[in-house]
Amino acid sequence: MQNTAAILFSAGAEISGATIPMTTTDMKEDGEPTRRDFIHIFGAATAVAGAGAVLWPLVDQMNPDASVLALSTKEVDLSAVAAGQAIKVMWQGKPVFIRHRTEEEIREAEETPLASLKDDDARNDNISGKADASDENRRINPNYMILVGVCTHLGCIPLGTTQGENRGEYNGWFCPCHGSHYDLAGRIRKGPAPENLEVPPYEFVSDTVVKIG
Amino acid sequence: MSHPSTYKPGTGIEKWLDKRLPIIRMGYDSFVDFPTPKNLNYWWTFGGILAVCLVIQIITGIILAMHYTPHTSMAFDSVEHIMRDVNYGWLIRYVHSNGASMFFLAVYIHMFRGLYYGSYKEPREMPWILGVVIFLLMMATAFFGYVLVWGQMSFWGATVITNLFGAIPLIGDDIRTLLWGGFSVDNPTLNRFFSLHYLLPFAIFGVVGLHIWAFHIPGNNNPSGVEIKDVKKDTVPFHPYYTVKDGFAIVVFLILFAAFVFFNPNALGHADNYIEANPLVTPPSIVPEWYLLPFYAMLRAITFDIFFIPAKLGGVITMFSSILVLFVLPWLDTSKVRSMRYRPIARMWFILFVIACIALGYLGGKPAEGNYVLFAQIATAYYFAFFLIILPLLGLLETPKPLPKSIAESVLKNKADASAGAQPAPAE
Repeated sequence: MQNTAAILFSAGAEISGATIPMTTTDMKEDGEPTRRDFIHIFGAATAVAGAGAVLWPLVDQMNPDASVLALSTKEVDLSAVAAGQAIKVMWQGKPVFIRHRTEEEIREAEETPLASLKDDDARNDNISGKADASDENRRINPNYMILVGVCTHLGCIPLGTTQGENRGEYNGWFCPCHGSHYDLAGRIRKGPAPENLEVPPYEFVSDTVVKIG
Repeated sequence: MSHPSTYKPGTGIEKWLDKRLPIIRMGYDSFVDFPTPKNLNYWWTFGGILAVCLVIQIITGIILAMHYTPHTSMAFDSVEHIMRDVNYGWLIRYVHSNGASMFFLAVYIHMFRGLYYGSYKEPREMPWILGVVIFLLMMATAFFGYVLVWGQMSFWGATVITNLFGAIPLIGDDIRTLLWGGFSVDNPTLNRFFSLHYLLPFAIFGVVGLHIWAFHIPGNNNPSGVEIKDVKKDTVPFHPYYTVKDGFAIVVFLILFAAFVFFNPNALGHADNYIEANPLVTPPSIVPEWYLLPFYAMLRAITFDIFFIPAKLGGVITMFSSILVLFVLPWLDTSKVRSMRYRPIARMWFILFVIACIALGYLGGKPAEGNYVLFAQIATAYYFAFFLIILPLLGLLETPKPLPKSIAESVLKNKADASAGAQPAPAE
């Protein structure tokens, strides 16, 4: 490569008859960068920026598209769900559990000491910042426990919503895949799952209508 | 091995082409007059068998893609349409689905052969590393393909595997959303998996070319592990000696293949995958195809936090490390002796390693509870100890048996032993 450059330079020198430096290094003899160095670096930097600008659309097309995002909220009427019952609704392709808890169940969840929890974070999208995983921090209306029904271990759907299903040792939900037990506030109590069930962002539009998302 | 070309273009067309694009010369020098060690046993036929597997998968796959619909509402039905309506669709799909199993069966034998005979050792690190790359690509391709069926096991397998990426700290959730193209496994996921399932086999094809190129530079390893000393005495031309030997092995292998396709085509699959995917119902147990079970067992074996690494992330790291460790194997094994024929102690550890791999495969299909987890933890520990402790130490501690001086000598010695010197070995 160096030889080729030297030949090119010397040929150029002969044709033009002018004296140009015969150096093939990137530096002038006094160690100063040359205009050529600047062009090389500037050219390479432009090419990298251009490649990045081209690459980004190719990666970002994989993110959720407009039609997927358009389905990101859902309204649910809870008036038909009696105390002690639970329902499963689809939101963003995932099931959301809504349990209408009895007075006794609310009391049981509220009286659980925080020290007995595996994950002490509220995991509530409606609360910004850090909050402990008390029952109060996991709900808006104490009667309704609303949770994303996806096990935080590897994404299975825990059992316990439909009547007669195994609700686990803590009377909440039980994931059959790898044996995670969740309590009445969807908090992980036993098994491999690392986190409490996520509380999705939601608000009550009226007393019995909830908007998820 | 690199050798002077012996190709003589015969016809005028060959002469014309040879000056412009010597592709026939390349094929001749690589697969006809290629000097091959004369002592290769049947374990060496799996390379050819794997090439056949890849071609079968690509041909049947292209045909299936002509009849398949990658949409969540039609995918499952289009697979049943292939099975019931398309002419010979049942045959082509069963060949493709069982072909994946056959492919992995052959690749595991091929890899164990490389391990046993030290085929990864200097100067053959590149064929080994490229082989691990092929193995990774194969696993990705098989996983994508399994999802396309859009049965319950497809859907929930995809959910579990994509959720593994959610275990990555900080960026895990974003990566998972990027993989899904949504907030769960759904239509965008199915579409991109179809695209990649079509692409990756051709990537495999390319890396296979590099793999063959890479081991044709030093030439094949052989059961004695001794390098070729004298091309005349130690080697025979690839054709007809190994084209015939490979051909015979391929036919035997295809008999096994056909036995599955025609007599028990669903033996290796899971019954739940004949139920259409339902995002609201998780099957009672989620298991991958048999060939991924050992890795699934390692994933689930980590049930405890390791310092600051939570158990879930630990399992993911363990599973991926089990393959990444193979990349550095050539530098972990300190023994200069290639073949375990001459390493009696290493051979025992190797047999234990094969047993550990099979045990992991068994445990990966069992529920993750009680003693199953304990045994999986023991087998996982041994898997890593074999590479990280046993092989590095054995090279320093073990006294190998004396090596034969050459391939020819090892062959003649075997012959002499077998016939007790009754008759001289015929010239080969």
